Formats: sequence, C-alpha cells, structure tokens
Amino acid sequence: MEHINIKIGGQAGYGVMVTGKMIAKACMRQGWSVFCYTEYPSLIRGGHNTYQVYANKEKAYSQRGDIQVLIALDEETIKENGKEVIDGGIIIYDSSSVNLKDKRGDVEYIDVPMIEMSKEVHGTDLMKDTAALGAVLALYQIHFVTIEDIIKDAFKIKDEEIIKQNIEVARKGYEYITQKTKTKFLNIKLNKIEGIERILITGNEAIGLGALASGCKFYVAYPMTPATAILHFMAANARDYDLVVKQAEDEISVINMAIGASFTGVRSMCATSGGGFALMNETIGFAAISETPLVIVEAQRTGPATGLPTWSGQGELLYAIHASHGEFLRVVIAPGDAEESYEATIHAFNLADKYQLPVILLTDKYNAESPCSVEPFSTKNVKIDRGQMISQKELDKIKDFKRYQLTPSGISPRSIPGQKNGVYQANSDEHDEYGYSTEEVDMRNKMMEKRYGKLAALKKDMPEPKIYGNEKAKKTILCWGSTKLTALEALKDLDDVRVVHMQYMNPFPVEFIKKNIDPKTTIIIEGNQTAQLQQLIRQQTGMLIEKTLLKYDGRPFYPEEIIKALK
Amino acid sequence: MSDLNVKQYETCNSPTWCPGCGNNPILIAVRKALVNLGIEPHEVAFTFDIGCNSNGANFLNGYICHALHGRSLPPAEAIRLANHNLKAIISFAGDGGGFGIGIGHFIHACRRNIDILYLTHDNQIYGLTTGQTSPTSSKGVKTKSTPFGNPEEPVNPPALALSSSATWVARGFAGEINHLTSLIEKGIKHPGFAHLDVFQPCVTFNKLNTFDWFRKRVYKLEETDYKPNDKKKAWSKAWELDEKLPLGVLYEEKKETYKDQLPQLANEALVEKKLGSVDLTKAMEEYK
Ligand SMILES: Cc1ncc(C[n+]2csc(CCOP(=O)(O)OP(=O)(O)O)c2C)c(N)n1
Ligand code: SF4
Repeated sequence: MEHINIKIGGQAGYGVMVTGKMIAKACMRQGWSVFCYTEYPSLIRGGHNTYQVYANKEKAYSQRGDIQVLIALDEETIKENGKEVIDGGIIIYDSSSVNLKDKRGDVEYIDVPMIEMSKEVHGTDLMKDTAALGAVLALYQIHFVTIEDIIKDAFKIKDEEIIKQNIEVARKGYEYITQKTKTKFLNIKLNKIEGIERILITGNEAIGLGALASGCKFYVAYPMTPATAILHFMAANARDYDLVVKQAEDEISVINMAIGASFTGVRSMCATSGGGFALMNETIGFAAISETPLVIVEAQRTGPATGLPTWSGQGELLYAIHASHGEFLRVVIAPGDAEESYEATIHAFNLADKYQLPVILLTDKYNAESPCSVEPFSTKNVKIDRGQMISQKELDKIKDFKRYQLTPSGISPRSIPGQKNGVYQANSDEHDEYGYSTEEVDMRNKMMEKRYGKLAALKKDMPEPKIYGNEKAKKTILCWGSTKLTALEALKDLDDVRVVHMQYMNPFPVEFIKKNIDPKTTIIIEGNQTAQLQQLIRQQTGMLIEKTLLKYDGRPFYPEEIIKALK
Repeated sequence: MSDLNVKQYETCNSPTWCPGCGNNPILIAVRKALVNLGIEPHEVAFTFDIGCNSNGANFLNGYICHALHGRSLPPAEAIRLANHNLKAIISFAGDGGGFGIGIGHFIHACRRNIDILYLTHDNQIYGLTTGQTSPTSSKGVKTKSTPFGNPEEPVNPPALALSSSATWVARGFAGEINHLTSLIEKGIKHPGFAHLDVFQPCVTFNKLNTFDWFRKRVYKLEETDYKPNDKKKAWSKAWELDEKLPLGVLYEEKKETYKDQLPQLANEALVEKKLGSVDLTKAMEEYK
C-alpha cells in the first residue's frame, strides 16, 4: 500500500502547525486521504511540537509510526523523533541551527539552509518552515503550483507581500532539493488522483458544523483544551449562522446558561474537558430533573486534575455515564472520527429534544484535534426533530396545562416562555406535574419512573455498535470512541480479525454485546488504566473479557502496537 | 389587560415562610409591580436559587427556572439572550446563594449589562440551613456556625455592583412594600442589568437585623436631594452602613446593553429563528 508519512517538529512559535497543515492540504488536494496527528505541550513558546501527516491513496484512518521524512526545525526533534524514521528515510535539517551528534547510518540527512533562505527573502528566520514545506514536497515530486496555491490560501488574510515572500522561500526550498541535492528521490510520488474533493477537518470542527446544521442557536463555553477550538469555530461563525456565542465566567455558569437558553426553547450546546465537566456535574442533574434538553461535549484529555493538559485519553467513560448525584437517564455518545462527530452532534440535538434529557458527546483530544480529510458535510439529510413542543393553538385548548404530565412514554409536551397558558416551573426540586415542589411519596416515585421510563423508547433510537472487516473473523478487537481510528488502520494489516466499535455507550447495548461478542476471542483496546469498557461490559452483561490492551500515557495507540497485540 | 390583577400571579400554594418573614412582603411587592406594569405571567420569566427565599418559586405564577443553589443568574442571562421579547426577567437569590456560592456570577452579570432585574433577599443569614453566618452577616455576630462571633467583614452588595459596572443599583426594604414595589418597577424598566438588594429580616434566625432594627435606620433617598447619576456619590451612599441606611436608587446609567451589541439579535429573538436548511459551504471554505 503506497503511503506518505511525514513529520515536522520544532518549538512552539516555529510554524510547525501551520506548515504541517499545508503539507496535509497538499496531499489532500492531490486526492489522497489524509490523517494528521499533532503533539504539543501546554506552552505558548518553546517546548516540543510536532505535526505528522499520513496520506494514503486508500483511506488513512490514523497516524502511523513509520516516518519517511522528518523535518527537524530544532535539535530536540532529532533527539525525540529521529528514531521514528524508517530505514532509508530522510531527515531534513539546517546545520546553521541544528548540530547533528549521533547520525544514523541508515537514514539520509539533507542539510537545507532554511534559515538563510528565509533571511534572504524576509530579513528574519521566520519563514524557515516555509522553506521546509518546499523541500519536503519536492521530495514527493509534487508540482510547485500546488504549493503556491496552498500558500496563497493559507495566508489569505495577510498582505500580498507576505504571500509573495512565502512563495519565494518555498521555491528556494523546493529548488534546493530538485537542483542542488543529489538525494535519490523517494520512490513515492504524490501524484494527482482526479475527481475527489475533500476538506481537512478535526473532530472539534465537525462538532461545530454539526451544531450549525442542527440549528444550535446558543453556544456557551469556558476555554479548555481540547474543547477550545469548538468555541473558536462557533464564535467565528456566529454572525454568518445567526447564533449567539458566549464565553462565560466558569463552567458552572456555562451549563446553567445552556440550560437557561434551552428552557427558553432555543437549541443550545456547551463544551469542555474533564475538569470543566467536573464543575458542571451538579447541574447535569438539574437538566435531567427539569427535563430540559441539553447537549454537552466532553472532550477528554489526560487526568487526574490538570494531568497532561494537551494529551489524549479515554479515562472518563464511566465518569460520563455516572456524573452528577442522584439517578437519572442520560445519553452518552462517543464518536470515533470526524464524520461520526458530525452525525452524532446532529443526533444528540434530536435525542435531547425528543427525550428532554442531557446528552453527552464524549470525545477526546485525539479525535477532537486531529485533522483528517473527509468529504464535505452535507445537510441534505439532516432532520430536525424538536420532540414534543406544544403549540400555542394546542395550549389555547388546554385549561390546565401540566408540563410534567405523567404519560405512558414518560415524555410530556413542553411549553416555552411567552406562550399563553403554558406557564410552569422547571424545578431542581422534585416536583408534581405542574413543576411545583413536592416531597410526597407517590408523586416522587411516579416522577422517577416517568423520567426513567423514557428508556424503553430511547433504546430503540440508539444505533448498534458497528462491525468492520470480516464479520465471521476469528478474533475481535472491541473498542470505543477514537480508538476506532487506529484499530481500523491496523485492520488493514491483520488477517481474520474484525473490529467492533462502540459509539453509543449509554444506554448500553446489552443485547448486541451478548449476541456478537465471544469473550474468549476478543481483546478490548482503550486509552485508560482500569479498562473501563471491560468493567462496563461486565456490569451490564456479566461477561468478562480478559484480554485488554490499555494505554494511559496521553499518546494514542499506533497501528503497530495493535498489530503486535494480536499476533 | 384591564382585568390583570395580583391573583394571576398567585399559585395553588400558599407561602410556607415563617410568620413575619421578610420574604412575604417581597413576594407581594413583586406581584404588584408586575401588575402595575401590565405584564402578564406568561410574558415574564423568573429564575430562582435554593434557599428560603427561593421557595417563592412555588408561590409565584410565571415561567420559572428554579435552578440550583447560587445559580439563579446564569440561566436568567441566557433566557434574556435567547428571548429578548419577554417583558421582564427577574432573577432571585438569597445572600448565601448570591454573595457566597454564586458571587462570581454576580460580578460578571453586572459587567455584561444584560437586561434583567436581579433581586437579592438579603437576610444576612443562611435561613434554609437553619442559621449559619452569611457573606453579608455583620462582623462579630453570633450564629450557629460562629458561636463566638463572626470574624469576617461582610460583603457590601451595592458597592460590589457599582465596582462591577452595574448600570442600575438600588436598595429596598421588606418593611416598605410600596417603596419596594416602585423600585421593582424601575428595575424592570431599566434597560440593562439592575441589581436590587432588599433588606429582608429573617425573624427566626437573625436576631440582630430585625424589622425594628432597620426601621430605626433606613431613610429614602427620594426624600433627599440625592441624584443617582454620579458614581462617586453612589459609592459614598453604598458605604453608609452605620447609623443611617439609604433606600432607593443609588445609581442609574444609560448604556448599551449586551444585546444592543449583537447584530444577530437586532430583529427576531433567537427563539424565533427558523431552523433547518443550513448551508455549510461558507463555514467549510477554509478547510478545502
Ligand atoms: C451546592 C449546595 N451547597 C449547599 C446547599 C445547602 N443550602 C441550601 S440553601 C443554603 C443557604 C441558604 O441561605 P441563603 O442563600 O442566604 O438563603 P435563605 O435561606 O436565607 O433565603 C444552603 C447552604 C445546597 N443546596 N447546594
Ligand atoms: S427561616 Fe428566616 S428566612 Fe427562612 S422563612 Fe423563616 S424567617 Fe424567613
């Protein structure tokens, strides 16, 4: 399988992210499928940043370990990532800033005077990363015009001069490879595959687009990696898409505002990571008891506490399912990739409205911040289901409106402020059918049963886990959320293995697991220490799946690790 | 409209507050103010805290978001942003909810100038939890949690509102229903964030700040030549805490509200916007 695998590394502020993205776009615009993986510490300047671009003519699901070309904008990159380069691979560096100590014999080192190239054109070394862009793409024999277009688009908001200078620096890097070095070109050519149009998008952006498509009109958040980009996306689009985006004073305010807007009848959403989600906990139950629809995005990073703020993990599955005191029904969806993030967001809004309960979208840094190429999202099939919102006409006919009327389905029609005859109390205390506080035994039980009674219908609205690969394969990889990405990449190299991916985590698909999973031939792969999916399956089905592959160092799985575990 | 009366603001529940509690007259004043302004129950949204004061959620008719302890402000702000057509939004809190656990929300609500009235029932004690010290309890006062005297200085709500850029700051007293009613009307009419702190004697747990204690000290700013248009003067009034306690509007300023700055809200309210048939082309442009 022909693929491209490039990594660029350097300090924060060196343009690693911008250049990485341009490399990714070059591959994507040539019609290749792309997955990018970024690593960065919780710092604004300095530290070690990397951007990896993996491109494949077939679908690129995740990053891979076999780096073909490493662009080292500093020495740290050689030290940290030099060993990832494959035999016969290339390391691009600049000897004026990087001292090579222990050279590997099986790797070709190309000294490109990137700093000098930048200085010649721009007067400073700021454009050295653009020289690297030209150089690396020259190695894959791409036409320079493609690079030119990408630079023009990337710096669109900057002035003409900056664009011109960047193109000039890129050309220097490009020509250095094509004219001044004697390197054997890599035998992989980034040739154009016609007729494919894709966008390069992260899980966060996919959620943002899903929210816009769903008619989310109120978005509220407090910045927290890795959910922050949703705030940026929504804020940038607020005026064009006619919604209000609010940065609140803390996550407690965030969720309470989201509920306030939803109470008013507006579709609202909020997003955070584990720490902010912890602050929201008490209020999740308020959404539940007051039956106010709510969509919360919880993008996991690596805890406990501040943990590894810019790294990934899946340590909050059981937490998301149980968060907040008391017992109540909620939906937890863990989309596995950007496409599922888009679809799940649209579904989350519909479920929240239809069942009048909190829906948690559980993502993680890996899915949330990894750019990948997908077909542009369409809204053609988006259906908006607002559930049982009562009309003024219907209210006019009712003398005695009961917002929390006891119904067989547990769902009661909802009025909104401004509607005549529809007044009610959305009460955080236990309440009667009008919303008035009550501590009476019979009503308490009835209300608990009404709210939980929605489970019967809700279950039917929960899509089943998906099976990838040969359905009858001997071995099964069972995973949830973003681990799907690496599992599917690994699957390409595995025989007689299938992947079962769980996205809808709560309510739990008991029947499906009982029917489709044989614990003896299954391995659970998840990004946490205590095998939370394993625990959950045991709790829900009694089934113990003993074999696991776990990881809790903040790094995603690599296909190579999964392949090894299955051999 | 003409048959609008306070009965419409009553519910099937009768107040359960202690006889003589300052919450009773506040509830009466709220109902009267709304009727005087010709606002019907379905045109108003109330948000409540948890505390004795907020049991009022069961005695007041209207659209009510009865939130968690200390969290009555954030939903009120969002309700206003989501539906600017509502004729009034009143957020209620106790001094514990408002100036203890939820004080952060207060400061930020002040500076946002979102068009709501924030009415704090200031009884200088934790009522519902049976009498502990509160952020507005006087220094030295003995409560169940400070049996040897409260060692902390109290929060000064109007001063805090002023320093946080609130555009309407007032003080009321549960023992002056008519005056309080007119303050509530003014606060509702004020375009922007209005904070009305109301002295609300807790007859059961606060044996210091009683109705009589207040009656000896309060006076009405309207009966003096005070003009509420000068922040420095308002600041001095807010710190009149010993012999004399001013009631009335301490400060008032016309300023653009949060909504005025959002073109998205220039016409229809968020809740009126049509959903569906969204074209994502523009939002996806930069990802090509
Ligand atoms: C998070 C949380 N902590 C504590 C409580 C318990 N609690 C209920 S009301 C209250 C304080 C009541 O005092 P105040 O806000 O002044 O209102 P009052 O009862 O005096 O009207 C407390 C601490 C709670 N409900 N929620
Ligand atoms: S305890 Fe105090 S505040 Fe609570 S109802 Fe009784 S008098 Fe009112």
